Amino acid sequence: MALITCENLKLGYESMVVIDDLSFSVNKGDYLCIVGENGSGKSTLMKTLLGLHSPISGSISMDEGLVQQEIGYLPQQTVVQKDFPATVWEIVLSGCQSRCGMRPFYNKTERKLAMKNIVRMGLCELKKRCYRDLSGGQQQRVLLARALSATQTVLLLDEPVSGLDPKVTADMYSLISDLNKKDGITIIMISHDINSAIKYASHILHIGDKIFFGTKDEYINNNIGFTGENAL
Amino acid sequence: MSEIFGTLFVYLAYPFVRYALVVGVLIALCSSLLGVTLVLKRFSFIGDGLSHVAFGAMAIAAVLNVSNEMLLVLPITVICAVLLLRTGQNAKIKGDAAIAMISVGALAIGYLLMNLFSTSTNLSGDVCSTLFGSTSILTLTKAEVWLCAVLSVLVVAMFVFFYNKIFSVTFDESFARATGMNAGAYNLIIAVIIAVIIVLAMNLVGSLLISALIIFPALSAMRVFKSFRAVTICSATLSVVCALLGMLISVLAGTPVGSTIVAADMAAFGIFYLIGLGGTK
Repeated sequence: MALITCENLKLGYESMVVIDDLSFSVNKGDYLCIVGENGSGKSTLMKTLLGLHSPISGSISMDEGLVQQEIGYLPQQTVVQKDFPATVWEIVLSGCQSRCGMRPFYNKTERKLAMKNIVRMGLCELKKRCYRDLSGGQQQRVLLARALSATQTVLLLDEPVSGLDPKVTADMYSLISDLNKKDGITIIMISHDINSAIKYASHILHIGDKIFFGTKDEYINNNIGFTGENAL
Repeated sequence: MSEIFGTLFVYLAYPFVRYALVVGVLIALCSSLLGVTLVLKRFSFIGDGLSHVAFGAMAIAAVLNVSNEMLLVLPITVICAVLLLRTGQNAKIKGDAAIAMISVGALAIGYLLMNLFSTSTNLSGDVCSTLFGSTSILTLTKAEVWLCAVLSVLVVAMFVFFYNKIFSVTFDESFARATGMNAGAYNLIIAVIIAVIIVLAMNLVGSLLISALIIFPALSAMRVFKSFRAVTICSATLSVVCALLGMLISVLAGTPVGSTIVAADMAAFGIFYLIGLGGTK
């Protein structure tokens, strides 16, 4: 059964409709890339999937085993975070927050989990360092480790490579790809970069004037938003 | 030197001076706790806005001749704090504008009411002491000291209990929401704690200087320390030390309590700024 199914979604703000009649589904282990121009509603769709924004009409159904607490999210960085005095450890641990419920402090299991994710993202040496002193790529890895502390099932990533240099971008992509292939974590990613989307994703959702949803191969054959200069 | 200590002991023999010191330390401790969160959430001025609201509420209490001002001032300030932090997210009038509007409005109404209905003979003196805190801390009764003590302990307990949640909501509200945390509720808790702190701190430094008490220790600590926990602990310690120092100096030199404490906070900020500069090299 599909992990997340969206049917006839209509999204927008107040009177303005951004996306109309959108249907797609994500299965366990998929790597879905959401592509489209600025303002086409990618971020709105992401927020809707996260339950931060409610659709005008249509429905989103989640597989029974999947609850809100099990979604990991890598948001775009905010201004607040740029000068936030917090160590890598504190931030990664805060990903476990949803497991705590009303309990005020973290327990041993959660500390272990956070440590595991720090190791997994190769951040061991940076554990005690301050977040604001890290490079862009390191900061993204910290946030990814935090997202992994929150989930073992689905990761939603909002332009994880924006503002990173080409080498770090490639590292980041292969890291995400590993999580998908080795750990079987379902990935839903917003991206501007159609070429990388095609390289790594298993499914593509293109939103804009025309909506396309299907596997990567179907997308390449279909040629939407994939004309001359974009085609490699 | 021994002369100074002699004078100090003479003063400390008076119960009202001891009360003042106890209350001052407790208030300083509380007010510094949420400073980091407020600075980082870009709400530095909420303290200022709320303190003006508290000033307006105090004027109303004076006009109505309410015996214990706090019983009226506290609820009004809490309600305004909730409204301000609520509107921050999706209102037609955005955060800073809403704060500016409410704060000057409350200030004007407060002064207007005091002028129209005041029974006091020394109106400008009253207003001045509410705004700058001057001597009010030395005239606290035992009941007020207890109220302050209980509220401060409550604030500290709430902060410790919600420490990790406050961290999550401050660092990344959308992540917290996305992973199923009720971020709205925690914002509400933060708002209520701030309001209580403001009302407490009005006794110490007066409503115009409260922002300094909330923000300076946090900003100083952020120059030097790198983790949220260290920054929080440092700003609490710093705030207590500065308040104590400020109060002692003001007792000895006869300067106004509020502004002396703020001056001490500013000096501490200067020192920490220099340490921070040295540390990054």
